[in-house]
Amino acid sequence: MSIFRLLAGLALAWCLALGPAVATAQVQDNTAQTLLQQLAAANDAQKSVVLKQIAESGDERARSWLEAFAGGRLATVKSSGYVVLVTNNTGRNWQVASAVTGDSMGEMSRRELDSIRVNNALRSQVEGILSVVDLTVADHRTRRAAARHLLGRVDTVTAPLIEERLGVEENDRVRDLLANALAIHQLEQGDINAIEQLSGSLNARVRAALNNAASSDDPAVVAAAEQALASIEQKLKMNRAAETLYFGLSLGSVLVLAAIGLAITFGVMGVINMAHGELIMLGAYTTWGMQQLFPGQPGLALILSIPAGFMVAALAGIIIERSVIQHLKGRPLETLLATFGISLILQQLVRTVISPLNRTVVTPEWMSGSIMINEALSLTLNRLYVIGFALVVFAGLMLIMRRTRLGLEVRAVTQNRAMARSMGIKATKVDIMTFALGSGVAGLAGVALSQITNVGPNLGQNYIIDSFMVVVFGGVGNLWGTLVAGLTLGTINQILEPWAGAVLAKIMVLVLIILFIQKRPRGLFPQKGRAAEG
Amino acid sequence: MASSQTWLLRPLQERSTQLFLGVLFGALIVVTFLHLFMPQDSALHVSAYTVTLLGKYLCYALLAVAVDLVWGYLGILSLGHGAFFALGGYAMGMYLMRQIGDRGVYGDPVLPDFMVFLNWDTLPWYWQGFDMAWFAFIMVLLAPGLLALVFGFLAFRSRVTGVYLSIITQALTFALMLAFFRNEMGFGGNNGLTDFRDILGFNLRSDATRLGLFIATGIALALGYIICRAIVTSKLGRVSIACRDAEARTRFLGYRVERVQLFVFVVSAMLAGVAGALYVPQVGIINPSEFSPLFSIEIVVWVALGGRATLYGAVIGAILVNYAKTVFTGVMPDAWLFALGALFVLVTVFLPKGIAGLLQKRRKAKDDDDPATAQEATA
Repeated sequence: MSIFRLLAGLALAWCLALGPAVATAQVQDNTAQTLLQQLAAANDAQKSVVLKQIAESGDERARSWLEAFAGGRLATVKSSGYVVLVTNNTGRNWQVASAVTGDSMGEMSRRELDSIRVNNALRSQVEGILSVVDLTVADHRTRRAAARHLLGRVDTVTAPLIEERLGVEENDRVRDLLANALAIHQLEQGDINAIEQLSGSLNARVRAALNNAASSDDPAVVAAAEQALASIEQKLKMNRAAETLYFGLSLGSVLVLAAIGLAITFGVMGVINMAHGELIMLGAYTTWGMQQLFPGQPGLALILSIPAGFMVAALAGIIIERSVIQHLKGRPLETLLATFGISLILQQLVRTVISPLNRTVVTPEWMSGSIMINEALSLTLNRLYVIGFALVVFAGLMLIMRRTRLGLEVRAVTQNRAMARSMGIKATKVDIMTFALGSGVAGLAGVALSQITNVGPNLGQNYIIDSFMVVVFGGVGNLWGTLVAGLTLGTINQILEPWAGAVLAKIMVLVLIILFIQKRPRGLFPQKGRAAEG
Repeated sequence: MASSQTWLLRPLQERSTQLFLGVLFGALIVVTFLHLFMPQDSALHVSAYTVTLLGKYLCYALLAVAVDLVWGYLGILSLGHGAFFALGGYAMGMYLMRQIGDRGVYGDPVLPDFMVFLNWDTLPWYWQGFDMAWFAFIMVLLAPGLLALVFGFLAFRSRVTGVYLSIITQALTFALMLAFFRNEMGFGGNNGLTDFRDILGFNLRSDATRLGLFIATGIALALGYIICRAIVTSKLGRVSIACRDAEARTRFLGYRVERVQLFVFVVSAMLAGVAGALYVPQVGIINPSEFSPLFSIEIVVWVALGGRATLYGAVIGAILVNYAKTVFTGVMPDAWLFALGALFVLVTVFLPKGIAGLLQKRRKAKDDDDPATAQEATA
């Protein structure tokens, strides 16, 4: 690799010396053509040298040549020896362009062309050259990627040049990466002071370098490296804990979303709605339906699904309340059975009308991807949105229950129905509104869930038991309890998962809840006062 | 102080029990006769397949009786009786598994096929002893009984009742289902236990064994019915009904409500276990889907359809619903869940006392001296 290093060093030196201005320089066209022809004719060892010359030439087209070469898209025309760029190499006829002028030369038969061969060693050499060259481009993202590429790849030739570049670089992250790259090199040279620079980094290559140093002969270096590794390990642990917490909160917020509607219908009204899961499913299918209505605009469809999902589920809730639940007032066990029957019907309805298979719901672009906090920790955006959405829904419900006329009436009716009615509150209307609200929130949960799980007929079933557990664990009739319980259960589940496995963790959480309810039958935050004995 | 024997025999003096047992044994005899003595091509011949199907219904009927005991007479809506049923079934399945011996695909004399497949080299401790029939049959009672004892002890002591109890029994069976789905549990994971050969030396695939199992199930159902009748007509049964109707009052009267609840719950779980144990050799497989919350809640609807707190209603409900299920899933499988769902809704809204309630109403009307009400009821 010595040729590569020398070459990279020279290229860097040239870049640093002349700066971006030289990028506009062009060698004579015939010189360029000669260089490329030399590349075509050379054997593997000679190719290295020619590549070096191309990089040194400082031609602005050098980059495209090198990239084409690494991609195997540089070819010579058999008859003339002229070097061309292959722009499209599918099919029998290839589209080619002049490497020198860049002008299209139309299609040529594959047989007329001779590809310039490339191997892995040469390809990585080109990559190295390009990354050094990239350190000088204007876009700081490209510079950062280039600097990252240099980690562990710096040698005596390039080291001083990077040092120089460090003085000029303005972007902090790029500087940090460059400093680390340099420090790894210095550490390889046995410089103990370099360890200090490295001890904060979470990069895998930095750790590899420190591990190397820890097995070196110099006891002082070994001690310092081990200390640095220990501090990195500490940091990694913190990051892992933060990641677990994030996943826990994310799972917890899903549970909160699924359970919060139930906290209204079951907790506040005392109606056991086993079809709650299917209301969630309806919300998710609404999202899917909206995306079918607005093809190509998943973001718009998703935003419109929020009110639509609420309305669909709320409407379904009103139908369920009017047709079944109102006839079973005061018979909770019968309500449980009847609503379970409704859940079976709804599931089968979706299977028959839409499909028994899962539907794909598209995640809009602004929700996919992740935020990288540091080398070891990145947060996926869709889960972040779900956490935020859960909190917003929760806050909205709290506002409705505490600050609006409806909330007041709901609380009055649940605490003392007869008294509330004698004060002029229409209890039946309040029942309908409350049930519609709880069901609508289930629909909102479905919209959110469509972004993180499969949308299928069994979606609701998967959440119904968990939702009831959350409500019972938090304390029936207490919205705060539901929030705390959901987040707690989600986090416990995520903490248990790494060493118990997903299924066992879930079983353990269920058993924990069952035991907890034995200890505190009314949940974390039991209702007190008159409302408690119902 | 009556001896335990008369305690058990007392229900036999009731007319309703006599009627139930008469119908049950009559049906057993008729089916046996039609199976054995009718020529194959006769329209009246009952095939071995049908005998096994009827045997399956009788298992479900016993399970429904067990659920009715806790729901009808104790007021506890258990959504986890499928778990007790499945545990009994697994205990039986383990015995049948060990009976295969070296006739399995891998020919291992001790290890069942799935363990060989998982590269296990020794039998787990909890599989020890299941090669002996008496041990397995004790475990059929003990496994569900112990689970019910521990679970019930914890739950009733902390006075978890009503809807809460229903939800946590459902969570219990759900957790068990997840657990039994795991291969590491050593119960065959997803596939469960199957490929059985013989029971107590009789070939499971022969028609005679099938008939024998059918009759055994019928007798078990009769015994289960008598035990339940004996319990509900005893003093303990009356306390249990009192708990159902007014738990707090019963407690204030000085009865140890949680003990009554625990006793009835454990008996019911054991009956469910026996039903499961008889079910497994007849259908030839036991897998974790028996633990699914849907199955447990289905049992409840059998009882609801038949009529709560009647015992015979549970039997009628179980047989009717399962017959309907067989017919539906054969003719139009998609419609079954619609029908089942509608059944849940219609029974709870329009038929709160079930079929037994209808029957009682008719009888009451007939017994009544006033001809006007009698007319009204028959109309």
